[in-house]
Amino acid sequence: MRKLKEFVIEKLILICGLASIFFVALIFLFLLKEGLAVFKTVSPFNFLFGKSWYPISEPPQLGILPLILGSLLVTLGAAIISIPIGVGCAVYIAEIAPPRTKEALKAGIELLAAIPSVVLGFIGMVTLVPLVRSIFHLPTGLTALSGSIMLAFMAMPTIVSIAEDALYSVPKTYKEGALALGATHWQAIWRVMLPAASSGVLAAIMLGIGRVIGETMAVMMITGNAAVIPNSILAPVRTLTATIAAEMGEAVVGSEHYFALFAVGIVLFVISFAINVTADLFLHKRQ
Amino acid sequence: MVKFEIHDLNIWFGSAHAIKQVNMEVQSNEILSVIGPSNSGKTTFLRALNRLNELNVNYKITGAVELEREDVRGIEIEELRRKVGMVFALPLPLPLSIFDNVAYGIRIHGEKGKEKIEEKVEETLKQAYLWEEVKDRLSESAFKLSGGQQQRLCIARTLAVGPEVILFDEPCSGLDPISTAKVEDAMVKLKEKFTIVLVTNNVKQAARVGDKTAFFLSGELVELNKTDRIFTAPKDKRTDGYIRGKFG
Repeated sequence: MRKLKEFVIEKLILICGLASIFFVALIFLFLLKEGLAVFKTVSPFNFLFGKSWYPISEPPQLGILPLILGSLLVTLGAAIISIPIGVGCAVYIAEIAPPRTKEALKAGIELLAAIPSVVLGFIGMVTLVPLVRSIFHLPTGLTALSGSIMLAFMAMPTIVSIAEDALYSVPKTYKEGALALGATHWQAIWRVMLPAASSGVLAAIMLGIGRVIGETMAVMMITGNAAVIPNSILAPVRTLTATIAAEMGEAVVGSEHYFALFAVGIVLFVISFAINVTADLFLHKRQ
Repeated sequence: MVKFEIHDLNIWFGSAHAIKQVNMEVQSNEILSVIGPSNSGKTTFLRALNRLNELNVNYKITGAVELEREDVRGIEIEELRRKVGMVFALPLPLPLSIFDNVAYGIRIHGEKGKEKIEEKVEETLKQAYLWEEVKDRLSESAFKLSGGQQQRLCIARTLAVGPEVILFDEPCSGLDPISTAKVEDAMVKLKEKFTIVLVTNNVKQAARVGDKTAFFLSGELVELNKTDRIFTAPKDKRTDGYIRGKFG
């Protein structure tokens, strides 16, 4: 009887374990099946590098280059803003802040991570967007820059907490060794602590970027959603994610537009997957 | 010449009284061995000399440590640690190449000239008896060296910033006898130029290399004398007991 119970429990746990892989595989297969259908009407090259996205014109033009560039531009901007601030914040928390400040900052970062993205997007829409418009004298503040700034806030918690963790796990002896040579605190951080934690810090950055590129709601609200190739960071853009979210509801099931959106999903999946794998490689190098 | 003078030194970590009313002198150009069981305050004493204890929170000190008649708390801390170098118990290469490990200290003290740095790296690696073993692989990671080589690398690194005193904190505790012998050779050679304070758990090592030996017990300095006196005719019963291996 006990043996039977043991057997049943073990198998149940096994099923739980396999379930996650099973579902991922299912999702991926479904994505592939629906997405690849678009290539009956448009070649992969024209799909990826086509310059116009007019999915409901006749015949539809399904080039996602503007969307890819929109995503990349917003992500790049967010990375430029969030990486220095995030890593700086991590260094401050891990190395410099007195214990109480440290606790307060960590709590603040966690809180930042807990804000739903739609709320961030909403706040950005009513505060940041008018600000960007008036500073740069633009016809509209719904630009890639606004999106980058907002997304930087979303990437920061990931970057800070993982980078801080990496810095914290650098053996204390490294720091002592550097200080004992007469290094100043900053010299010890810059030349010893950060290099020693570099793989963890890089992983933190990659995961932060992964978060940004997959983000949908906030960017849809504040980047202006114009599916044209952006000529500057002050132009409105439309990202891959926002395209799917905005158009899936109105695409006719089984139409070319519908398949194209799934194909956009595949592109997004490939990008996120590549970023996560890179981050994973960095993390494992550390161990 | 007197290098360090220690007056009425007391150190606490929180409520733990780690060093109790220690008065002593350290002469230049000799090796002072500091022996004693664990928790006797040896390492704390050593770290008081380069103010490394200050990294601990809840640290409190009374009395004075003077380097050439100047209170160490009056010396700028980076300058003090340049003058008073330290080699740690576990070999502690920085996550850099062999060359950069030695060059690191030179660079942080503002030297930029490439040739000068290269010269200094070679010179100090020779002083640490390591040059011959690493001269063809200077750009490899320091972690690829053996434990004994890493420890000599750390000595070279310490020498490179131009210290006057070198503190050794149980430098051979993780090394095999042959590597230990090499590190000891280096120490004996180094005392011609430097003042050396050696904290060691190995009583025999103190007897081999120390000119003077200090015996610490529970934070007190029990006895300080010429090494051969300590090992042949200790004045204090506790010293006698410890070096005969009766406790500790």
